[in-house]
Amino acid sequence: MTIGARSHRLSPVVDAIPPSGIRRFFDLANQMENVISLGVGEPDFVTPWHIREASLYALERGFTTYTSNRGLPELCEAITAYLEDFELHYDPAEEVLVTVGGSEAIDLALRALVCPGDEVLIPGPTYVSYRPCALLAGATVVDVPTYPEDNFRLTAEALEACVTSASKVLVLCYPNNPTGAIMTSDDLAAIAEVAIAHDLFVISDEIYAELTYGSQHASIAALPGMKERTIVVSGLSKAFAMTGWRIGYAAGPEDVISAMLKVHQYTSLCAPSMGQMAALEALTHGKEEKDRMVASYDRRRRLIVDGFNQMGLTCHSPQGAFYAFPDIRNTGMSSQDFCEALLRETQVAVVPGDVFGATGEGFIRCSYATSVQQIEAALERIAKFVDRLW
Amino acid sequence: MKDVKELELLRLLAMDSRLSTQTLATLVGTSQEEVEQAVRELEQKHVILRYSTVIDWEKVATPRVTAVIEVKVIPQREVGFDAIAERIYRFPEVRSVFLMSGGNDLQVTVEGSDLQAISRFVSEKLATIENVHSTTTHFMLKKYKEAGVIFDDHEDDRRLVVAP
Ligand SMILES: Cc1ncc(COP(=O)(O)O)c(C=O)c1O
Repeated sequence: MTIGARSHRLSPVVDAIPPSGIRRFFDLANQMENVISLGVGEPDFVTPWHIREASLYALERGFTTYTSNRGLPELCEAITAYLEDFELHYDPAEEVLVTVGGSEAIDLALRALVCPGDEVLIPGPTYVSYRPCALLAGATVVDVPTYPEDNFRLTAEALEACVTSASKVLVLCYPNNPTGAIMTSDDLAAIAEVAIAHDLFVISDEIYAELTYGSQHASIAALPGMKERTIVVSGLSKAFAMTGWRIGYAAGPEDVISAMLKVHQYTSLCAPSMGQMAALEALTHGKEEKDRMVASYDRRRRLIVDGFNQMGLTCHSPQGAFYAFPDIRNTGMSSQDFCEALLRETQVAVVPGDVFGATGEGFIRCSYATSVQQIEAALERIAKFVDRLW
Repeated sequence: MKDVKELELLRLLAMDSRLSTQTLATLVGTSQEEVEQAVRELEQKHVILRYSTVIDWEKVATPRVTAVIEVKVIPQREVGFDAIAERIYRFPEVRSVFLMSGGNDLQVTVEGSDLQAISRFVSEKLATIENVHSTTTHFMLKKYKEAGVIFDDHEDDRRLVVAP
């Protein structure tokens, strides 16, 4: 059978989705030895012990069955209580859904909201899964650029310029992966105005909400008139170092959450029960450990930002998440070429900015969820590499 | 230096005293000079007493034996427990001395080259001190965790090298 004939049996929608740009770097880095990686999008902490211990206890008591489709009622209540800190008020019985990671919540929200012909507005550079999920839901993706001059904040003008009569959903990701940008309440108010004027629905991925430095995270759903047109997506992965547990959630208006629940009950049934027990422990008793981890990211943020600026790569201080996004345009290289050469010559893995969207070109994403020693060693290697370029 | 920064500096040093003053300055968000001065002052005030290393002695060939000894004492007029504690902690084989609440008074950790050395210390030195009423010696069999460091169970980085 030829390759051509093989691909015929695939759905053209799936077939048309390009392979992940991150995957290519993973394959390259994975073949090498002594790699220092600043390319990992997850915490370097193991899940705090009290959370692991709570999950062990749950297993001992036999929490191994399905839970209700929505998720454990106690967990839904813990989620709504937790969201109160961000001035978000939801009914745990109707406006919350526990999902298999924030990832599933993103997929469900898009599937519940869009149909072929609808346009999904995705400000970029941004996290890589919104576009494929929107395409799989049959939508047309419209890229909304954000620019380094604005510190990669989304502006109302840029959004307005991309809106058409077919625009249906706007996907926000702040604090942002990969840029570390945040949006203040005022920034969001300008976006909310556009959303209301054009009757856009917002999917707001706030998975990095806990990881802000020097300011409290603001949610667009807390603004007047926005709760009824926003699905807040979040999860335990980043704030509580629980990536492998696969627990996320969505909160929003009852009709949309119910539609998402309908898809979820047929495709996932429920999120893993021992993970849900662990999440319950994290949300109810995890603040101290979480604060300790955030303080540690904050220190390393200063270290990495300083390091890049000292070697002559402009790097704004990211206000959220755990990524620095230094500007490499003065090296004259493209992001891809820079990252590939850096990896081959110095065994330091970082991620080219353009895999997150066209305006990420000229930047590289460097995670500082790595030990101080590793960050210092990586910075030293990158500085030597950059020196040779000039 | 502000108190919060000073505390943060101390916490960082307690975890890793080999961090350079340059790195420490960046991590707590201040200048190298300020860190140097703060450390000097903390040393002078005996807040920082010593820069030491946590070592897993079981992995090196010199056998050491450690015992925790509970000591009951009759406190002395005027000086209470302090005078007896002082007589005990001056011995170099004594690694730590704590005054404890509960049934026993002082908890003393002693290190020696073998069981005999420790027995000898207890019977000849410790038990004979005036006002030491009784001693109970517990030999340490295995060290799992010390100074916040877990000895044999490393939680290695199991993450994929590149991830979204
Ligand atoms: C912005 C963003 N949203 C969602 C996710 C997915 O997280 P989860 O582990 O909850 O599926 C990630 C993971 O990297 C992310 O960076």
